[in-house]
Amino acid sequence: MTQNASGTQKVVVSPTINGQRYDLLIDPYQSLLDTLREAAGLTGTKEGCNDGNCGACTVMLDGRIVDSCLVLGAEADGHEVTTVEGIAPDGEHLHPLQQAFLEEAALQCGICTPGFLVSAKALLDSEPKPSEERIRLWLAGNLCRCTGYDKIVRAVQKASE
Amino acid sequence: MHPFRYVAPTTIDEAVAVLAEHGERARPLAGGTDLLVQTRTGRFDLDAVVDIKRIPELTTLSLSPDGLTLGAAVPCYQIYESEEVVRAYPGLIDAASLIGGIQIQSRASIGGNLSNASPSADGIGPLIVHYAQANIAGPSGQRSIPVEDFCAGPGRSVLGHGEFLVSLTIPLPPSSFGAAYQRFIPRNEMDIAVAGVASSVSLNGAGDRIESARIALAAVGPTPILALEAGNALAGKAPIAEALAEAGDAAASACSPIDDMRGDADYRRELVRVLTRRTLTAALERARG
Repeated sequence: MTQNASGTQKVVVSPTINGQRYDLLIDPYQSLLDTLREAAGLTGTKEGCNDGNCGACTVMLDGRIVDSCLVLGAEADGHEVTTVEGIAPDGEHLHPLQQAFLEEAALQCGICTPGFLVSAKALLDSEPKPSEERIRLWLAGNLCRCTGYDKIVRAVQKASE
Repeated sequence: MHPFRYVAPTTIDEAVAVLAEHGERARPLAGGTDLLVQTRTGRFDLDAVVDIKRIPELTTLSLSPDGLTLGAAVPCYQIYESEEVVRAYPGLIDAASLIGGIQIQSRASIGGNLSNASPSADGIGPLIVHYAQANIAGPSGQRSIPVEDFCAGPGRSVLGHGEFLVSLTIPLPPSSFGAAYQRFIPRNEMDIAVAGVASSVSLNGAGDRIESARIALAAVGPTPILALEAGNALAGKAPIAEALAEAGDAAASACSPIDDMRGDADYRRELVRVLTRRTLTAALERARG
């Protein structure tokens, strides 16, 4: 345990991220988002609004999508986290969703993309053939200011085929 | 943000001890979807955050012949993914499936929605029309109060020093019971209610008379409001349009809305009138199965 500037003690947390166990030293008030980016060095997960509105920081926690800005890193101790770095099956090939996002031009600036990919993967994992309406409703917690959503929805539909 | 320590007790007594030690400078953490935002914006300066999700009573969802026991930290998705709960508690399901998006529903709890005590909370009206009790633990033991007595003002509850919400108990509704919650927002989803109404009705065996009804209102006063007289006046009446319209008028006069950026007071009162009619109609349809 080390003392930080504020006087609260740092804590050790041991989540399993993308199948690999990490032992991380973090501040007890640090979000899971900051824990992933700064302690684990996994910068694929993006910070958008940092108050649970935009979904850019979406990760899976024990298989359910959450806004990682609204989870404390300390809460993830002993739990399973999946980030955008963990959705491709291997180092060689993209996940079908990632491939479909490229082919359908479903991204422009890219900040929202990791969150959309993780959200969409969680949907297709549990419902392989969702309707367009279902896709739009499921992705309502992810905001994109570039694409107008249609291309994203088409990419998810393509990946589900 | 004020730096806080993270405590994750496994019993109610341990949680009470930490909350009582820190008083106003500690808060329980369930889904964190309100609390973590509030700590970041400086609404609370906390020394300790007490994660209550490792306490078994807080994460229990159990249905018995007596009713539903809903731990205060049970996330929304577990409520609407339970087929038994969906059948018995339709008003609660309406709320659990429209609070936030999927990410929020993975974490946010109805107990947290109540503890946050927002006048516009989507989860509180449905609890009230389902006759829910709030089970509270504190330094002097446990107590239970009706949910309609829980909120004391915007963001304020009747919880005393060291107290926190453990669970909600919701009686099993009779067979000819229906409930519904609807809100008005300017977009399709994911927004704060301009006004919201929850209604429930019990019909007689023949289905041609209302035995009892309850109406609760959101975002039209300093706390969620139980419009007791508006509901009571329906008892003994036939479930026809005139009766529902009268209930809408009574509910509209039971609220005390303010003007703000989401809508002015007259507009909100009119929304209450309309939503009362609509939720009673939906509740009646559900009561008839």
